[in-house]
Amino acid sequence: MHLGHSLPHQHIPSVSATRPDGSRRALRVGLGGPVGSGKTATVAALCRTLRDRWCIAAVTNDIYTREDAEYLLREAVLPPERITAVETGACPHTAIRDDISANLEAVEHLEETLHPLDLVLVESGGDNLTATFSKGLVDVQIFVIDVASGDDIPRKGGPGITTADLLIVNKTDLAPHVGADLDTMAVDAKRQRGDLPVIFTSLTSDDGIREVADWVTGHLAQWRAGAVV
Amino acid sequence: MSRAALLLLADGRFPAGGHAHSGGVEAAVAHGAVHDTDSLEAFCRGRLHTTGLTMAGLAAAAAGGHDPLLLDDAADARTPAPALRAAARRLGRQMLRAARATFPSAELEHLATARPQGAHQPIVLGLAARAAGLAPVDAAYAAVYENIGGPATAAVRLLSLDPLDASGLLARLGPEIDDVAAAAADAATRAMTEGIDALPSASSPLLDITAEQHAAWTVRLFAS
Ligand SMILES: Nc1nc2c(ncn2[C@@H]2O[C@H](COP(=O)(O)OP(=O)(O)OP(=O)(O)O)[C@@H](O)[C@H]2O)c(=O)[nH]1
Ligand SMILES: [Mg+2]
Repeated sequence: MHLGHSLPHQHIPSVSATRPDGSRRALRVGLGGPVGSGKTATVAALCRTLRDRWCIAAVTNDIYTREDAEYLLREAVLPPERITAVETGACPHTAIRDDISANLEAVEHLEETLHPLDLVLVESGGDNLTATFSKGLVDVQIFVIDVASGDDIPRKGGPGITTADLLIVNKTDLAPHVGADLDTMAVDAKRQRGDLPVIFTSLTSDDGIREVADWVTGHLAQWRAGAVV
Repeated sequence: MSRAALLLLADGRFPAGGHAHSGGVEAAVAHGAVHDTDSLEAFCRGRLHTTGLTMAGLAAAAAGGHDPLLLDDAADARTPAPALRAAARRLGRQMLRAARATFPSAELEHLATARPQGAHQPIVLGLAARAAGLAPVDAAYAAVYENIGGPATAAVRLLSLDPLDASGLLARLGPEIDDVAAAAADAATRAMTEGIDALPSASSPLLDITAEQHAAWTVRLFAS
C-alpha cells in the first residue's frame, strides 16, 4: 500500500560505502574457510601487524562456543570492546551469506561505538568449501585453507576457492610432515582462480602474515581513496 | 494488498535473523524435555497457546494500526525475562532492517527513529504486514507460525530428527494455529475500543526461566 512512495529520512545503513557525513566507512574484510585452517590465527596476526597504523575491530562467528572471540581476547590482539561474537544457530554459512542481519548489526554497532574505524575483520565459523560471504556484508573476502587438510583441496575448487578475492594456503611449515606438494597446490589454485591472488603462509613463523597484511593494506588504501576495490 | 506478501513474511528464509534462535528448544533439549517428535509437538503446542498467542496479539494490533510505541511497552510488560526482552529487541532490529528494505513505509521509518535499539519483534512484524497491505489476522498467522516453526526447525538440527516428522507435526497443529491466530486478531480488534489490556498476556514461566539459564551458557548453538 505504501510501496513506491518516496519516504522521508529513510536511511538503511551499511548498503552505502559512505557514512552520513560523506566520509568512507570502514573496509569490511571477510575471512572464511574450513574448520581449523587458520582463520583466527590470520585475524590475530593481521591485528598485531596493522593495529598501530589503523583502527581495527573484529567480528567472530563461532559455531557453538565463543572460542575465537576468547582467543582474540586472551591474546590481547584487540581491546575487548573491539571484538564481537555472533551466534549462528548451527549454520555458519547462513549468517554470512543468506541472512546477514546479525553480522550487519554487529559490524554497524562496532562502527557506531568506535567511530572512526578503518577496518572490520569478519571471521566466519569454520565451514565447507561452498561458503562465501554476501557482498552485502563484506567488501572483500579471503578464503583460508591449509596444506594439512589435503593438497588436493585447490583442485576440488568450490565457490570459496574459485571466487574469493584472496586465497591463503596456510601452514606451509607442515607440508613436509604431511606430504603436501605445494607446487601442485599452486598450479591447481592458478587453474581455479585465473589471475586472482594466492598467498602461501606459515603463521607460526616470524612475520608470516606480511604478504597478507600488505594485500589488506593495499585494499584499504584503495578503499579510502574511494576507488572501486 | 498482495497475499503473496504474507508468504514472504512467514518464510523462514526471510532474512530477519530468526535462523539463529531456537525459541527455547535448545534449553528444553538440554533438560531432556524435548527428545523426540512427540515431545517436540508438546513443546510447540505449549508455546503456541502461550507465547505464540501473546506475540500474535501484539502483531495483529500493530498491523491494525495501534500505536506501536504503546504496543512495545505492552510487549515489555508481557516479557518479564530480561534475556527474552533482549532477544525480542535484537530480532526486532533485524526484522526492521529487512522490513524497511522489502516493504518501505513511513510508519516503519518512524519506528526506526523512535526505537533505535529495536522494538519487540512482533510489533515490527505487524507493522511490516501493515506496510504490505495485509490484515491483522495475517500478521497474527505469521507471528504464530514463526513461534512454532522456529523451534521445530531448531529441534531438527539439535536432535537430528527426521525433518518430515517435524513438517508433519506442524501440519497437525494447523487447526490450532488457525484458532490462535483468530483469537489474536479478535483481541486486537477489541483492543481498539477496550484498550491495550484486551490483548492476550498468556505466559510460559518455564520458558522464561530456561531462557535466562540458556543466556548464561558458554557453549550453545542458538542465540536464544
Ligand atoms: N603449524 C601451524 N599451525 C598453525 C598455523 N596457523 C594456525 N595454526 C594452528 O592451527 C590451529 C587452528 O587455527 P585457528 O586459527 O584457530 O583456525 P580457524 O580457521 O580459526 O578454526 P575455526 O575457527 O575453528 O574454524 C591452531 O592450533 C593454530 O595455532 C600455521 O601456519 N602453522
Ligand atoms: Mg577461528
